Amino acid sequence: MPALELRGIHRSFGSVHALRGADFSLLPGEVHALLGENGAGKTTLMHIAAGLIQPDRGAVLIGGVPRPGLSPRTARKLGIGMVHQHFTSVPAFTVAENVALGAGWPVAPDALRRRVRKTSERAGLPLDPDARVDHLSVALRQRLEIVKALAAEARILLLDEPTAVLAPTEVGDLLRVIRRFTSQGGSAVLITHKLDEALAAADRVTVLRRGQVMLTGPAADTTAAQLAVAMIGEGAGDERTEPPSSGARSDAGPLVRLEGVDVAGEGELGITLRAASLTVAAGEIVGIAAVEGNGQRELLRAIAGRIQPLRGRRWVTEPIAFVPEDRTTEGLIPAMTLTENVVLGSSSTEPWIRGRTVDWRTAEARTAALLEELAISVPGPWVPASSLSGGNQQRVVVGRELSRRPSVVVAENPTRGLDIRAEATIHAWLRRAASDGAAIVFYSSDLDEVLALATRIVVARRGTLIEAAPGATREELGALMLASG
Amino acid sequence: MVGAAALLAGLTVLAAGLELAGYDSGTALGALWSGAFGSWYALTSATLVRAVPLILIGLGLALAFRGGAFNIGGEGQFYAGAIAATWIGLSVGGLPTPLAVAAVLSGAVLAGAVWVAIPVLLRVRFGVLEVISTLLLNFVAEALTSLLVQGPLQESQRIYPQSDPIAEAARLPLLPGTRLHAGLLLALAGAVLLHWIFARTLWGFRLRAVGLGPRAAEIAGRIDSRWMTALALALSGAIAGLAGGVEVAGVSYGLFQNLSPGYGFTAIAVALLGRLHPFGVVVAGLLFGALEAGAGAMQREADVPAVAVYVVEAVVILAVLLSESARRHGAAMLASLSSVAPKAPG
Amino acid sequence: MDVMAIVEGFLAAAVRVATPLLLAAAGETVAQRSGMMNLGLEGVMLTGALAAALGAAVWGPWPGAGVAVVAGMLLSGVFALVAIGARTDQVITGTAITLAAVGLTGTIYRQAFGAAGAGLDLPTLSPLAVPGLSRLPIVGRAFFGQPAPTYIGLVAVPVIWWFLFRTRTGLALRATGEAAAVARASGVPTGLVRASATIVGGGFAGLAGATLVLAQVGTFAERMTAGRGYVAIAIVVLGRWHPVGVALASLGFGAAMALQFLFQTLGLKVPYQLFLMLPYALALLALAGVVGRVRAPADLGKP
Repeated sequence: MPALELRGIHRSFGSVHALRGADFSLLPGEVHALLGENGAGKTTLMHIAAGLIQPDRGAVLIGGVPRPGLSPRTARKLGIGMVHQHFTSVPAFTVAENVALGAGWPVAPDALRRRVRKTSERAGLPLDPDARVDHLSVALRQRLEIVKALAAEARILLLDEPTAVLAPTEVGDLLRVIRRFTSQGGSAVLITHKLDEALAAADRVTVLRRGQVMLTGPAADTTAAQLAVAMIGEGAGDERTEPPSSGARSDAGPLVRLEGVDVAGEGELGITLRAASLTVAAGEIVGIAAVEGNGQRELLRAIAGRIQPLRGRRWVTEPIAFVPEDRTTEGLIPAMTLTENVVLGSSSTEPWIRGRTVDWRTAEARTAALLEELAISVPGPWVPASSLSGGNQQRVVVGRELSRRPSVVVAENPTRGLDIRAEATIHAWLRRAASDGAAIVFYSSDLDEVLALATRIVVARRGTLIEAAPGATREELGALMLASG
Repeated sequence: MVGAAALLAGLTVLAAGLELAGYDSGTALGALWSGAFGSWYALTSATLVRAVPLILIGLGLALAFRGGAFNIGGEGQFYAGAIAATWIGLSVGGLPTPLAVAAVLSGAVLAGAVWVAIPVLLRVRFGVLEVISTLLLNFVAEALTSLLVQGPLQESQRIYPQSDPIAEAARLPLLPGTRLHAGLLLALAGAVLLHWIFARTLWGFRLRAVGLGPRAAEIAGRIDSRWMTALALALSGAIAGLAGGVEVAGVSYGLFQNLSPGYGFTAIAVALLGRLHPFGVVVAGLLFGALEAGAGAMQREADVPAVAVYVVEAVVILAVLLSESARRHGAAMLASLSSVAPKAPG
Repeated sequence: MDVMAIVEGFLAAAVRVATPLLLAAAGETVAQRSGMMNLGLEGVMLTGALAAALGAAVWGPWPGAGVAVVAGMLLSGVFALVAIGARTDQVITGTAITLAAVGLTGTIYRQAFGAAGAGLDLPTLSPLAVPGLSRLPIVGRAFFGQPAPTYIGLVAVPVIWWFLFRTRTGLALRATGEAAAVARASGVPTGLVRASATIVGGGFAGLAGATLVLAQVGTFAERMTAGRGYVAIAIVVLGRWHPVGVALASLGFGAAMALQFLFQTLGLKVPYQLFLMLPYALALLALAGVVGRVRAPADLGKP
């Protein structure tokens, strides 16, 4: 009898059908990889298993018992522990307080400290109970998430893209811990979009595409090619694997030049960038490969002129296009119209700026033309940005920035959370901007995207930049990203 | 629409409350109406006179709220303006009227700005929420007023806690036969100017952007959000100061305790009810001016305490908040469905 | 004059004046730790004061205090219902609640006790001397010879500390204030937690208002809280959201307000308005020194 079974699950969000009759079963003691591209419905399916979302149709069975109207609380009581992609701990709390919160343990400090230490060490995931979470590294924060689930006596672990924030050797450690958990009778679902990882770690694999199961079976009987076809359809994978050619033009001087730049760390994962030097020529696409929180964000924002460096020299040719990571809080103002969002940050040379006033009629006409050119189908430039899908919002951000004919384009995770089509569009735009003579610097948390798009790769590690050798492989880059020292 | 419904809700609550408390709500509401609109004199000398400070402070608050600053200190800034206006007004008797009035009003603007400069500084320099600092300064301003009218600004007989009347030259012209002063024109011109700033100027657009999305304004718009919000707060204080000056130059001709029947707080309701739109603020200011004017009549004729209208104002604020929340949730739900759906599921 | 007696009198006055601030701030600490900034506190306190006056006039001082607590809980319940239920802006909602309370208390007071607002003569809570301890030199009268609300406030401090930092519910409450989404994902009913915390805070503020009427002034006057509710909110910030810090900050404010009595005793002539301004000015100064070095609950004020 499966430990967890989902039968004929349907779920829509508005007009988007996230799941269309998906079936899934998890056997006791197995590691089950759930594969699929962004937007395939993997997370939604597991949220339904954890009681976080209710299905429109279909049944959830835990230990063979149907659980209609499953609540998160009941799911937890039945031994389901979800480790989310975004961390679900209280940053200002200690490790011990977070475990107590998640597991419902008493909070008497000494007993709690001992209990947390014991649980984490038994799972092979040692943690300091008194450390404050906002001072932990990403890998340790993820470790805490798993310890929380184990403390709540989870028998079924649902791990949502746990390897996305880890470097290759850390991934190995994590997979060993999961193995240890299943060998003691637990079961685990590993959500991922990386084929090799699924084949290496799992007993069985299930592939979702557009809310439907395309393939399910033992990992040993499945090849990477079969998985690829199931995930993205016949021939759809070609554009990603096409090796980009270097478009650097040596005739003109560099458009970006940093020399010995130090930048203070920003945000909760911030780290100080030290003595960074980087030169980017027109036509080049430089990809920054890094594990979350290694100074890449500081580097990109310093290039884009959004943070002032502490010291060092910076020459960057204006105009600069900047695509920030978070489109809804940094890229756009959701409550404003598309026209207003296009006017946001426009320089005084734009046709709609008349001295100190804005000619809204011109701005609206130009926005309409831009939307047409970008093939974004919306009722018109007067709709609020919040009414657009995530993919279209990102198209607007990137389109707006590129429409300013930038000399330099800086992009942070430009396709995060987008579907394949939006991702392909944005890649094509960035390549075109490069071939039009812009210098492009981007960072992606997906190493495959860096490999696919960059003509040159630079690794950021602990606030230091390392130039990768031309033609470096995934494994070589991984080693650089994590090398100690 | 929403505003009318909110006002209706407020009046309904008032009527029901009065009935419960044993008043004759018909008589009370009748007195309220006639006190506000019953005659030419009531309209001009009661309603419009009270609407002027409400509109002025409300315009400033609309500017502050739109720029992302919570100024709850309009009351204190009003007093600061009134104090300065009185001080200057007492000593400009020798000047021609336009100059004297200009001196009085610019002094008031400056005083309002100085008064709000403390919260601005505390916010920019120390990160103190302006909500708390502006609130606390209201009480300091009231105590300061009380101190002054029993000290340096007390009338020459040294009997009453009030100042001498300001010089004739420093007074605003009146509409003949009424107590309505030229401050109304100032308020209306201010509304038109503010509307033009919001709708047409780049600065006004940037201010709105900072209020709606401070991070995006900074990152995508390259606007200094902190500075913009601080500026909005400072300007709103200056305008509230101006309102205090206009009150002294146009109505009271002097300073005394309780010069303001809570204009600074009522103006919050005015700004919200006017949906932070300058013309909306004018309409809402007129309505609340009528309410406050009527409240006085209600107290005289139906023996209902004038403070009862605060309940109406509170209900109006709550009704507007609730309707906006209903609207926002409708929109937010649509937005989250269309934007989160392709993003959240892996 | 005897220096000891002056110091003793000053301390006793400071603690007496600090009591309503301590009560209101202690309750608001719980509310803010859950993420609720209740600017209606001023109105809640005022409502508590009137409720205490009415209750005491009919049934005597203790039932009066009880009525005040209930009234405080009811009014802050309205605030919680609107701010949490409809996710409205807490600052504006709180301002509206205070406005409503000013209007309501003024109207009811005039209706009940006459338009002129003649001074009421209410039965009050007399000081309860703690046997033995109240005889201690200097601090005896200040801490052990006060009316009962002072003791309630002083006991509330360790109780709230224990609740916030040693119980599961307290942990869930703090998690709600720090990261509501995380708390929700951990199965905490955040709306209920915030509403309960706000209502408990309202009960304390109601008692604070009652203390003002029944243990200090002996009568009700319109707007008699005169901003003490706002000062209590500043005290929570100054006390760094920690019950012990809040208690110390309250005593500090009590001392500042009691300076007036000290100056009178010493026969110094200083305009009384300066003493009216002092607590607010002090709060601003202290906020400037404290904020920036401490961190508010991360989800404070967020719907």
